[in-house]
Amino acid sequence: MRQTVLQTKELTVSFGGLKALNGLDFQLYEGEFLGLIGPNGSGKTTFFNALTGIYRPAAGSVLLHGNDITGAPPTKIYAYGITRTFQRLRLATSLSVLDNLIIGNQRNLNLGLWHNIFNRKSFKRRLQEQIQIAEELLSRFSRDLAVHLFKPVSSLSMIDRRRVEVCRALISEPKILLLDEPSAGMTPDETRALMDELQDWRAQYPTLSIILIEHEMELINKVSDRCVVLNYGEKIAEGRYSEVSNEPGVRAAYLGED
Amino acid sequence: MSELKTKLVLLLGVALSVVVLYGFLYLEREWEIGVLLVMVPLGVYFLKRANALTYYQHAAREMPRFTWISFALGVVVLIMLLRHEDFALLMLTTVLLYATVSLGLTIQFGFAGVVNFAAIAFFGIGAYSMAILNQHFLHIPDLLIIFFSGAISALLGALLILPILRTRGHYAALITIAFGILFRTFLEVNDVLGGPQGLRVSGLEIFGWDFGNSFPNELGGGSFYVAYAIVALVLLATVYLITRLIEASWLGLNMDSVRLDEVASASFGINGPRWKITAFMLGNCFAGFAGAVYAAMYGFIAPASFNLSDSLLLVSIVLLGGIGNPVAVIPAAFLIVVLPEKFQVIQEYRLLLFGIVVILILRFRPSGLMPRGLRQYFAGRFG
Repeated sequence: MRQTVLQTKELTVSFGGLKALNGLDFQLYEGEFLGLIGPNGSGKTTFFNALTGIYRPAAGSVLLHGNDITGAPPTKIYAYGITRTFQRLRLATSLSVLDNLIIGNQRNLNLGLWHNIFNRKSFKRRLQEQIQIAEELLSRFSRDLAVHLFKPVSSLSMIDRRRVEVCRALISEPKILLLDEPSAGMTPDETRALMDELQDWRAQYPTLSIILIEHEMELINKVSDRCVVLNYGEKIAEGRYSEVSNEPGVRAAYLGED
Repeated sequence: MSELKTKLVLLLGVALSVVVLYGFLYLEREWEIGVLLVMVPLGVYFLKRANALTYYQHAAREMPRFTWISFALGVVVLIMLLRHEDFALLMLTTVLLYATVSLGLTIQFGFAGVVNFAAIAFFGIGAYSMAILNQHFLHIPDLLIIFFSGAISALLGALLILPILRTRGHYAALITIAFGILFRTFLEVNDVLGGPQGLRVSGLEIFGWDFGNSFPNELGGGSFYVAYAIVALVLLATVYLITRLIEASWLGLNMDSVRLDEVASASFGINGPRWKITAFMLGNCFAGFAGAVYAAMYGFIAPASFNLSDSLLLVSIVLLGGIGNPVAVIPAAFLIVVLPEKFQVIQEYRLLLFGIVVILILRFRPSGLMPRGLRQYFAGRFG
């Protein structure tokens, strides 16, 4: 039996009278690549925001390795080893690629005044370490991108920005990675390239669990071990893509069939 | 570029700047200043076309410490050249002090994204702290009093932290505006602090040197402002160094991240309120230092010197220079302080003109005269 990493019990998020998530029971296993699908407005991003502490759940609980982390603020969630990307990129575009990656590695930064301001020699060594880590990470995704380490993110193409955002989420070696529709704004080829790069990464870190929100069904079929389908904030199906995609409820939600 | 060549380029830049600054400060007739005002942009234009500016920028990036020290020494030369000119020195000192406050605003607004339209109030708190501490605690050395004045400014500013953290954008700006007005009104009705008449402030005395006297003859003689100009220069140089080091460290990186996207920052463990508070208190502390020196130099302070319009002036220095670029506030402070003094015609319409300048900058050059570049952690490479 595989180990459960993340679990939610009857998780509910409401905005006024609307229940964006309604009593969601959910499990994520160690090393699993889970596809989270559902029509627009079905609560996928809300689910991410509830997991990462951006929204506070109205009811239910979130368990990480069996410990209750419901309602923990985003900074804590990051410390627990859960990182994410955003549907609409949220990089600091005016900063360099390096700066953005170092932001992602916050956990390993020494923020002491002495270290930062006065002991510049030791700071320089730490900076060189960070540059090396960032360079290695980037070149795993794309050799060309590693050359742009000292360029502003605003000068990069869409796919490179996506890569930087994924790398920002990976640099701290999280246990759980939440990917919010990484294909948005990219061509199918670019998306495929990004997914291949991610699969390579997984091969090296087999305990990393990933939840992927995606509309591209072919992609979900290819990469995911298991799928969870949401509709109107409720789970309507769960299982392998081939099983789930044939369920009448899922077809109805997506295609409007009765 | 060889090291010697780089240094020569940097020194040439400093020499040129000193000549231009001397011209602006020394010349008095309006037509002379007018000619200078036409010459300088033309000169900058030709230097830019000849790629001399890029050349200089590269040199400065390669040797930031040499640039910084050579500029500070250049200003010392400038002060010595002007040592008999009371008014020019007074202006120069004001420029140095305003630039110090603007560096505080750069950390607050340019790094962490905390708006502050009450800079002059924190400057004023520093000034009043100086007046009172200097009068009642004679045994405390004046250098320490300058330091305490900054600390008091930062601590009183802490009153605003909660309301600022709980509000966003325009509302945070309104809170600081309200604070600035409250501060002035408080001074006017408070008899202990001299009410509308203000307070007398005794001059500085550092290491047994009484600043009230004229500059010692052994050092060339001159106005008593020489000493204040040098203190203001040392203050600015120190504050500049601190600002640069903050920018070139994880502290500045985190502040930038919080300014650009607080939610995304939080998702990577960055504690937004922590950095906003740090930036706000540090910036107010800088304003307090500058206010303390200002008070000692003028020998007299009154509520009328700390108006909302002065806060706006300081914000316009940051906007004109380039938001978040520590170097940029220095020329911007010079332009905004000196030009109106030199053109009496402008003087009357000062605020009107600043309004127009701010609008033009925001419309045509929103990142200022010297836009902020990428973060440079260390000299040479690394960015």
